[in-house]
Amino acid sequence: MKDKSFDHSVHIENIAMLARIHLTNQERQGLAKSLDEILGYFDKLRMVNVEGVEPSAHVFQLYNILRGDEVGTSFDAKTALQNAPKQRNNQVIVPKVVE
Amino acid sequence: MDREIFYQSASVLDNLLDSGKLTSVELTKAVIERTKSIDGKLHAFISFDEEKTLNEAVQSDMRRKAGKKLSNLDGVPVGIKDLISERGQPLTCGSKILGGYISPYDATVIERMRSAGCVLWGRLNMDEFAMGSSNENSYYGKVANPWDISRVPGGSSGGSAAAVASGETILALGSDTGGSIRQPAAFCGIVGLKPTYGAVSRYGLVAFASSLDQIGPMGRSIEDVATLFHVISGHDDKDSSSYLVDKTNHSIESVKNKRIKTIGIPSEYFGEGLDPEIRQVIEDAINFYKNAGHMIKEVSLTMTEYTMAVYYVIATAEASSNLARFDGVRYGYRSENAKDAIDLYYKTRGEGFGSEVKRRIMLGTYVLSNENFESYYLRAQKVRTLIRNDFMEALENVDLLITPVTPSPAFKIGEKSADPLQMYLSDIYTISINLAGLCALSLPCGLSSNGLPIGLQVIGKPFHEHEVLSLGYEFEQAHDFKNMHPTI
Repeated sequence: MKDKSFDHSVHIENIAMLARIHLTNQERQGLAKSLDEILGYFDKLRMVNVEGVEPSAHVFQLYNILRGDEVGTSFDAKTALQNAPKQRNNQVIVPKVVE
Repeated sequence: MDREIFYQSASVLDNLLDSGKLTSVELTKAVIERTKSIDGKLHAFISFDEEKTLNEAVQSDMRRKAGKKLSNLDGVPVGIKDLISERGQPLTCGSKILGGYISPYDATVIERMRSAGCVLWGRLNMDEFAMGSSNENSYYGKVANPWDISRVPGGSSGGSAAAVASGETILALGSDTGGSIRQPAAFCGIVGLKPTYGAVSRYGLVAFASSLDQIGPMGRSIEDVATLFHVISGHDDKDSSSYLVDKTNHSIESVKNKRIKTIGIPSEYFGEGLDPEIRQVIEDAINFYKNAGHMIKEVSLTMTEYTMAVYYVIATAEASSNLARFDGVRYGYRSENAKDAIDLYYKTRGEGFGSEVKRRIMLGTYVLSNENFESYYLRAQKVRTLIRNDFMEALENVDLLITPVTPSPAFKIGEKSADPLQMYLSDIYTISINLAGLCALSLPCGLSSNGLPIGLQVIGKPFHEHEVLSLGYEFEQAHDFKNMHPTI
């Protein structure tokens, strides 16, 4: 069924990079095997004729449901930051992002 | 009283609380004591706050005493799956990455339960980020099935199901993305309702797959589940996908009213892979309905074969996007080993997520990537349209559908954990309902020869929860499964 062969090691590295997940060597090997199996299973979708079929992002015809433009309550800085791993002066501390 | 208080139904408890023969404090203490005595075996709870919970019970008793009860559930303990925000309480999603997180606000369903006077009792265990069918994927320990502790309770709402089944709570909230309420309900011999997408607000629910997730009630009887559904459902300004639902349809009276219906039996759900004992029990249930005067009609759902593949493409794609927010910056776990900002993401996510969550994020990232988007994700969305059309056509000729909930009863802990694809296939009868946006109920309808519960699935049209509950109620009244409890 598969119309292309996968080079798993390259793919796993590439996907992990896109997903921003650090993997151990053992995890890489395990994922290469299970992803190959699962993606192989997904290949059955290629047998369905979908010509002219609209994709469903949602189950219902969704319309914009807007609420009134009213001022509501929101968190103060202390509450909003209560779960931050590191913070100082009402700001989240992160590693340096510019050189 | 002929039964332990923690096994009473909410409707009986309401009468006892009204009459003053029982207080909410006594009831709440009973479930707390029950939990302390057996949860070492079950691990259904990730955390609980005894003092807070008892305080809510005290408040409820004061209201009842003053004749000001807020609802029939005032003072009744309801357990919360650990992915629904309750202000001031931990929320882990079964993940290390949310260890130590305290919810700063209430989910809409929590607000509604507070307005109904419910006692919010504990944070229930689950598969990490609701990804799993066995509750083996929780960072905080596996949950055991109270009917046989060597077996899984199902997942992902396994803690909710095990706690309800064993009397650790009276009711519970679960969430269902592909069967996560119905499959554990079936494995643990309780009732679980997956409401129609949009019937219950998702505000304050940690998102897994946003086009599929729904919060729903779990309990030991249809009436209890219908009562809790009535409390939590309805439009919410904070969730733009929630619908304005006519609540009058969900009154208990309407559920108890029998109406003659045409019931569809999809032949594809009785094919290869279905346990013969389950087949027999479901066929007995179909015969029960036939003898009760309902019309039975065979229907065909030709896209059934593709539902599993569609689900795992769409759900993992949505999950990979939703879980991008867990980056170690604003909340939750942060790796101490990062050398720069980007490395902080890698290490935090690598250390914070468990293996199944990583697998699904990787799958979702793959199917959404530039070169695969069209052949996997877009194609799956098109097949999803066909699946929905399939159901809508079938439901033009019948009012409801009846199917099994699971292909087998509860399996052994460890039996499928090494084979993700086999694990995924245990949701084969439930996932299509989420893809098609329908409502469905799981209710106990028999026991296997080795004493494990078997569930019956009743599927209804969008926003016809009262119909599935009503059909379930008719079966429940003629059988005694709701009074069967595990020995633990």
